[in-house]
Amino acid sequence: MDAKTPLFPSAFDVKPPKGAEDWQSLYPYYTQFQPSRRTEDDQKFWFCNSQHWPTPLRPFDVIFLDFAIKCLGQYNSRHLLVPPANGIDYRILNGFVYFSPVAVAPEDIEARIPHFLDRAGHYYGNWNELLANWKKKVRAATAEIDALSFKPLPDVVPLEWVKGGVGLDNTNAIFEAYDKAIELSYKIWQYHFEFLNLGYAAYLDFFGFVKSQFPTIPDQAIAKMVQGVDSELFRPDDEVKKLARLAVELGVDGALMTGSVEEALAAVGKLPGGAKWLAAWKEAQDPWFNFTSGNGFYSTDKYWIDHLDIPMGYLRDYIPRAKAGERIERPTERLLAERDRITEEYREMMDEEAQAVFDGKLGLSRTVFPYVEDHNFYIEHWALGVFWRKMRELSKMLSEAGFWPDEDGMFYLSRNEVRDVLWDYAAAWAIGTPNVGSAVWPAEVARRRKLVAALASEPPIPALNNPPEVITEPFTIMLWGITSEAIDRWTGSADDSGGLKGMAAAPGAVEGIARVLRSPDQLGELKKGEILVTPVTAPSWAPVFGKIAAAVTDIGGMMSHAAIVCREYGLPAVTGTGTASAKITTGMRIRVDGNTGTVTILD
Amino acid sequence: MADGLYTLDFSSIGTADHARVGGKCASLGQMTQAGVAVPPGFAVTTDAYQAMLDDHGLKAEIERHLSGVDPYDIDSVDRAAQAIRIRIRSHKLPAAVEQAIREAYAAMGPDMPVAVRSSATAEDMPDASFAGQQDTYLWVRGADQVVEKVRDCWASLYTTRAVAYREKNRIPHVDVLMSVGVQKMVNARAAGVAMSIDPLNGDRTKIVIDASWGLGEMVVSGVVTPDNFTVEKVLEEIVARKISDKHVELVGDPDLGAAVEREVDEARRHAQCLSDAEVLAVARLAKRLERQNKCPQDVEWAIDADLPEGENLLALQSRPETIWSQKKKSEAPKTYATGIMGIVGTLNAALPVRR
Repeated sequence: MDAKTPLFPSAFDVKPPKGAEDWQSLYPYYTQFQPSRRTEDDQKFWFCNSQHWPTPLRPFDVIFLDFAIKCLGQYNSRHLLVPPANGIDYRILNGFVYFSPVAVAPEDIEARIPHFLDRAGHYYGNWNELLANWKKKVRAATAEIDALSFKPLPDVVPLEWVKGGVGLDNTNAIFEAYDKAIELSYKIWQYHFEFLNLGYAAYLDFFGFVKSQFPTIPDQAIAKMVQGVDSELFRPDDEVKKLARLAVELGVDGALMTGSVEEALAAVGKLPGGAKWLAAWKEAQDPWFNFTSGNGFYSTDKYWIDHLDIPMGYLRDYIPRAKAGERIERPTERLLAERDRITEEYREMMDEEAQAVFDGKLGLSRTVFPYVEDHNFYIEHWALGVFWRKMRELSKMLSEAGFWPDEDGMFYLSRNEVRDVLWDYAAAWAIGTPNVGSAVWPAEVARRRKLVAALASEPPIPALNNPPEVITEPFTIMLWGITSEAIDRWTGSADDSGGLKGMAAAPGAVEGIARVLRSPDQLGELKKGEILVTPVTAPSWAPVFGKIAAAVTDIGGMMSHAAIVCREYGLPAVTGTGTASAKITTGMRIRVDGNTGTVTILD
Repeated sequence: MADGLYTLDFSSIGTADHARVGGKCASLGQMTQAGVAVPPGFAVTTDAYQAMLDDHGLKAEIERHLSGVDPYDIDSVDRAAQAIRIRIRSHKLPAAVEQAIREAYAAMGPDMPVAVRSSATAEDMPDASFAGQQDTYLWVRGADQVVEKVRDCWASLYTTRAVAYREKNRIPHVDVLMSVGVQKMVNARAAGVAMSIDPLNGDRTKIVIDASWGLGEMVVSGVVTPDNFTVEKVLEEIVARKISDKHVELVGDPDLGAAVEREVDEARRHAQCLSDAEVLAVARLAKRLERQNKCPQDVEWAIDADLPEGENLLALQSRPETIWSQKKKSEAPKTYATGIMGIVGTLNAALPVRR
């Protein structure tokens, strides 16, 4: 070890929160900092990825951490041979996720270049055809998951099976459905990364070129030149707006404004024109209400389609605005015109040679970038939403079979433990005894539930060990907003004069009252004109952006959801402040300057 | 009304007239016709000056004073220059010229306070248009005064420095003509300069604005440290601001009939002299003028206290920025990696600093 004291603690010196001492029993061995590997792990810089995993993981939820990181790595290291970058190593510490990007040894980079040119070149050269095929694959896999079902074992094997000489029982169907769900979600995660880093790489190349032309150009200006206006990620919000508009047109808006979802829908059904609106409401749900208020990585995510009160709440925000003659639809023509204006004005300031290069890189970026935005709907919202629904069905079924008292008990088991439970269930059914799990899991699930709650009582340490001198790794900066400046903020070494520094993510400056939200369940508390302050936002928060004056997040870079949506809505945003949601409290007057990336507490 | 020969309204200066009205008035004419808000006024053309020279042997007199002057003997140049200036100032304007000026001035309104500025032609000293070098008379009022100041501007062609310059460069003195601009005086609440390029580093994506209270002359001459704003040109957002202590301002005094320097009271001297909306309006003006002229511009502007908000920004002058525009041309063309090799380069670029 060198004599220098690390800026951040070693994972091995970090204590668990009170009551969470036994947290390691929640997670697989390969996700943990193993004392036998301390030397290696202490030499690496790890940062907490609280953007994708903002709360401690329940044991089952490790599934998508595993799949996401493995599949991210495979494309860099085995499919495309990205010259300087392998995957991202990961660990769980106190329930939170830590990342460490793995570089390729400098002497090995050269040899990977021809492979990358061949393999990645094929993708860039055939992007649209490959992407059309990708959508087919993803939809087919999603449909396959959707077709799975988990039915309790019957008292006896069906008579037809006996008489038909099938020779098997109903347990196979349960094993197959479970294994199939896991396998399909694993496929889905591979598809997730098939295009993603290529999309980022092309964007970064464009980004770097524009920066070389105009060193002081705001990052957000470059993002605006590439960003799409018709991303499928905006569709769910657009659908709710259309429904609001239709309700006003048909005169059924009043009936929608009160009561539970069922009551409101029943009231609409009784009105003339009600049937037409209800048909539109039904129509919009598939697939657009496969939309999570989280990010799809957690079994706790609430999807609109399973919680119709969420879109109904947004609908009730939009209806009065539509009725008052406000334009609630996104001004797509204006956004496109603005994108063209910005692009053209910067282009005009370049010399001719640079303009030709600019055109090439911009063209590629615009070809690949829609994937970066759209994939999120297909994978995180749609496919994973269907997966979680199936898993909840299974958890409920097993709860009814006595394995745990609460419907969500299964998510406190790892995915492999669930396989054992299925065996226990099947074997006990066959043998004719009570299953063993009913005597084991209720207490164990309760113990684990307490552990996870205890882990959630303390925020994660932002990073471990020593950061590199300068952080320039492009994906890390782009996705997580982790820059040398961000690290200075985490360590408190940046000047702290009452202001918070973050990324200038969307332009404009406003003053207003802060509303600090820690979970999507609190979104209803937001009042019109307030400034949203939150650890991280998700795409499905889009409807609230029509209400707020600005957004401030703890986590996130230029391409974080809050940044994209704020640019879309013309709201100032400062992302990646690190601590805004802790330092600011609801009701404070704050000033958000999205041009300079500063947030000032005014009182 | 301006007569078209000796005087020309800013609104009727055509491209063909540019040589007759000098750079400053040509630019005012162009701006006026492009719909940019410019204080109204007229140019006294070079024809008027030519008529003056041709009248009563003034030209011969000038040539006589200059014959035998040693350009390297500063005293002899100075003596001749001074004599010529006195001579011009005491020479009556040809009746037709004076008549034209009086009529054009009267058309602006009764006793309108105006600024009288020289407008150099191409043959003038290359650096003469440098801010503050040429004669400018502010808050001039009454036809007699206007006529006198026009003549004073003409006389300023014969400063010692100008004479020496032409002697050394063998430029025939009487071939150098001058136009004069007579422009409605702005009642400037604040004014200053905007460059549609960052003068510090040639960054074309920035508009840099210097602004202070009162008339812009204090900013141009460097008497006050102005507020300084940097605006992102394309996004049209203020990205940096420095508010300075602006201790004095130049304001029109209607009673005195002059622009007077006065102390700025304590409350205002540390206050930002433009609202953010005004900063952006100035930036848009600079951007618009850059587009019209197809190169970065150096713009003088003022916020008129008498005009309604939203219409109170006036352009006083716009000229091409020269320093960075020259530099850019001399740079060697760069080569860029394109296509997938560009992407490989980008991915690899982060490597050296990675652990």
